[in-house]
Amino acid sequence: MKYRDLSTFQLDVLREVGNIGAGNAVTALSQLLNRKIEMTIPSVNVVSFDEMMELIGGPEKKVVAILFRIYGDAPSNVFFVLSVEEAELLIRTMTNNPTYKLKEDIGKESIEFSALEEVGNIVTGSYISALSDFTHLYLQPSVPHLGIDMAAAVLTYGLIDISQASDYAIVIDSKVNSQGTSNMLKGNFFLLPNPDSLQIIFKALGLEENE
Amino acid sequence: MNKIGTVIRVGIADLNTVRAPDTIRTLGLGSCVGIVIYDEKKQVAGLAHILLPDSTATRQKPVNAYKYADTAIPYLVERLLQMGAKHSALQAKIAGGAEMFKFGSGSDLLRIGRRNVEATLGGLEKLKIPVIAKDVGGNIGRTIEFNPSTSELNIRKVNREEIVI
Repeated sequence: MKYRDLSTFQLDVLREVGNIGAGNAVTALSQLLNRKIEMTIPSVNVVSFDEMMELIGGPEKKVVAILFRIYGDAPSNVFFVLSVEEAELLIRTMTNNPTYKLKEDIGKESIEFSALEEVGNIVTGSYISALSDFTHLYLQPSVPHLGIDMAAAVLTYGLIDISQASDYAIVIDSKVNSQGTSNMLKGNFFLLPNPDSLQIIFKALGLEENE
Repeated sequence: MNKIGTVIRVGIADLNTVRAPDTIRTLGLGSCVGIVIYDEKKQVAGLAHILLPDSTATRQKPVNAYKYADTAIPYLVERLLQMGAKHSALQAKIAGGAEMFKFGSGSDLLRIGRRNVEATLGGLEKLKIPVIAKDVGGNIGRTIEFNPSTSELNIRKVNREEIVI
């Protein structure tokens, strides 16, 4: 199936998939942090690999990315991407340490990174289980993998599977944010279905094959 | 006459060539490898940003030659020869091939960075192009820029000093 040939209706379906996943994730994040979190309607984009990096501020932008590989019926990759400041804010909230500086910890093993991975685990876990419920597909997430570096350096890992078969990726991008007083928290979910998984997701949702 | 060069940018799974005084750059190499092949005397160079080691495993037809180490290297060499470079004068510098995430054993993504580096070194050796310098591996992303006037490769990493190889 060619990404470029997806119909408007199919893209709408994928948007709804992203919507349901992120909706659940937002609830989990909101409960975890005990604050109000909002989300925007997900965007679905068929992008080249270079364009994908532009979606989060360019290939050199420093990001904190938590990667989950999804195994099972519809192999995919999911990234929960935060800026360094946002990740720091999240850690401060989680560990109740308002002076924590993430920069000093990069490259080390620390309890704070474990906390961050755990947040990713809870939030992304609820994203994936919502997808699984919605599609009735068996989706098994891996353990979280944390990467802090240039966007292109970390995000290309989500493209390795896709790039075996395509020069484009379909990115279902859901933004979440908490409009707190001074410290606003924003994050992106990237769902990157493998080429074959797209057809499986459509089929599971009752869409006719139209190649 | 000194001319101020422009910077040619190479994307992911992309390649291009450059002639002095211009320079050539690619951003955010993770497990990918940046392969610079150059002719020091003619001051021409090419840069490939490869994503995967081996094109024979692909299910994509036609193969995107820019994406794989085994296809990008011969293609890049051909482009350089067309620009007047001499095959016997060609040299290479490479960077990238990091492991950005720690995956458990059994993961198909395990050591993708190292596999990219091995395929790159193999491909260069096949064409008898000596590797003059390399900065590979680790768990850090790299932005690289090559200057064909000086044959210097600048490497920038997050939170580290810039280095030149």
